[in-house]
Amino acid sequence: MLTPEERAEIEAEFPHYPNRKAVSIDAMKIVQKHRGWVSDDALSDIGELLSMSASDLDGIATFYNLLFRHPVGRHVIYICDSVSCWIMGSDRQCSHLSERLKVAPGETTTDGRFTVLPIVCLGACDHAPVMMIDDDTHLDLTPEKIDRILERYT
Amino acid sequence: MPAVKPLTGSMRTDGEPLDRTAYERDGGYSALRKALKEMTPEAVINEVKDSNLRGRGGAGFATGLKWSFVPKNAPHPRYLVANADEMEPGTFKDRLLLEANPHQLIEGMALAGYATGTDVAYIFLRGEYKLAARRISMAIAEAAEGGYLGKNLLNSGYSFELHLHISAGRYMCGEETGMLNALEGKRANPRAKPPFPPVCGLFGMPTTVNNVETLCNVPHIINNGAAWFRSLSRSKDGGTKLYGASGKVKRPGLWELPMGTTIREILEEHAGGMREGLRFRGVLPGGASTDFLTEEHLDVCMDFTEVQKAGSRMGTGTMIVLDDRTCPVGMVSNLEHFFAQESCGWCTPCWSGLGWVERILRAMEEGGGQPGDLEKLAFQTKFWTPGHTFCALAPGAAEPLQSALKYFRTDFERHINEKRCPWK
Repeated sequence: MLTPEERAEIEAEFPHYPNRKAVSIDAMKIVQKHRGWVSDDALSDIGELLSMSASDLDGIATFYNLLFRHPVGRHVIYICDSVSCWIMGSDRQCSHLSERLKVAPGETTTDGRFTVLPIVCLGACDHAPVMMIDDDTHLDLTPEKIDRILERYT
Repeated sequence: MPAVKPLTGSMRTDGEPLDRTAYERDGGYSALRKALKEMTPEAVINEVKDSNLRGRGGAGFATGLKWSFVPKNAPHPRYLVANADEMEPGTFKDRLLLEANPHQLIEGMALAGYATGTDVAYIFLRGEYKLAARRISMAIAEAAEGGYLGKNLLNSGYSFELHLHISAGRYMCGEETGMLNALEGKRANPRAKPPFPPVCGLFGMPTTVNNVETLCNVPHIINNGAAWFRSLSRSKDGGTKLYGASGKVKRPGLWELPMGTTIREILEEHAGGMREGLRFRGVLPGGASTDFLTEEHLDVCMDFTEVQKAGSRMGTGTMIVLDDRTCPVGMVSNLEHFFAQESCGWCTPCWSGLGWVERILRAMEEGGGQPGDLEKLAFQTKFWTPGHTFCALAPGAAEPLQSALKYFRTDFERHINEKRCPWK
């Protein structure tokens, strides 16, 4: 079941578009904001509200990089693996992150604290290498800086 | 004479955005007042046509001409979309415009809306630009309070509704028709053209799509006139341009400079040249999907015509610099991995060919290069051309690869012959 809050937020998007189907991406993002990810049940509930099938919604969800169909950690680390960051040594930052958190890219730490995901260019190439954790962008990364930043997220 | 920087000159230096009052104090929304009071929509289109403003998203299409493609008797509602899905690797110019002066974009959109008879507009923003999202939302509320958005703008009789759409992330969303599908709540596959969006676009209605930087120029053109705008440029394309540089230069960054500034001036004067001990080998002049240029092209003017003459594209104008200690094959491998991953899978040369090329390049980097690989790579790029694919993703992927094969061929051959990456 969608919570009253989730439902209200989704319905607030309806006037922005001429039909409900157009709200599908916003609706999944709203549910994910509250629950961390979008489960099969959530797809069915959203589908009911938007008059769409769960499989239609799944086809849309799996297309987009920032919609999660699996549970993720309390914090999601998006580490840029695109070209400017690569030139500036993002491979090394990425392996440091993996070693330090003992996860491969795409995995979640055993304590559920972090999920590490490679992401395409974050648009801060003059400060490469770059990563985002949740809503915050972190610039000019070094292994030492990564260690300090991680301590801020519990 | 101090350099004229219409796009960035009034931005605050503390990183905070201009709020509505500050924007108005600096002449903000006066262009919208002027247009609504004194100009017909046709007059706005003609002024922009005369200014030689060309689309800043990468393709460089003439903006005024694009607006004139919405037929006069076209049905309503008509739509306008600001493409703020800045996902081209190496590109970080629209982020500044969105974060530091969101009202400039809103005013540009209202003007574009008035010119095209638009009823409803969207800012299509990439999901990772969280700070921009907060600031745009605030600016939309402020603009509505000021009577610059909503019903009957400034008592002109013209109504213009604006919404922020935050994407869930995919490079394909930046493609014009992919973006329209994403706004309709679908997968961002491209659409067959014709019909073109000005006739049949978002929700099947007439639609105009413009890049953020393009739209941000419009208030200044309306305020100061087409001749003034053309005079800012050192070339035929009007205005200034946000140029950027990333990679191992001394001062990576972003600068608003006259259109047509040379690559040499941008890289040597503004970016400070290469880092100590490194030599320049090549540059992608305008993002990941542009052909490499090399030392012989340093004096090329960065505008749409001249860069094309040199065999590449100006694209987004944000350069990615390759130095002599970075492996060109590794760099191309990284780029093709990006394109393969972001392909929507709609057209065969793209989903099949990109994956193949990605595997060949990765193998080459890991010492598994085979005789004949270079011919295979070149063969694939022949299919990544307009006419074989619905959109420009695969043609864009071809550009760095085909030019790397031309300029860095011996580096590729060394990978194959030595069965290793010589840079590792």
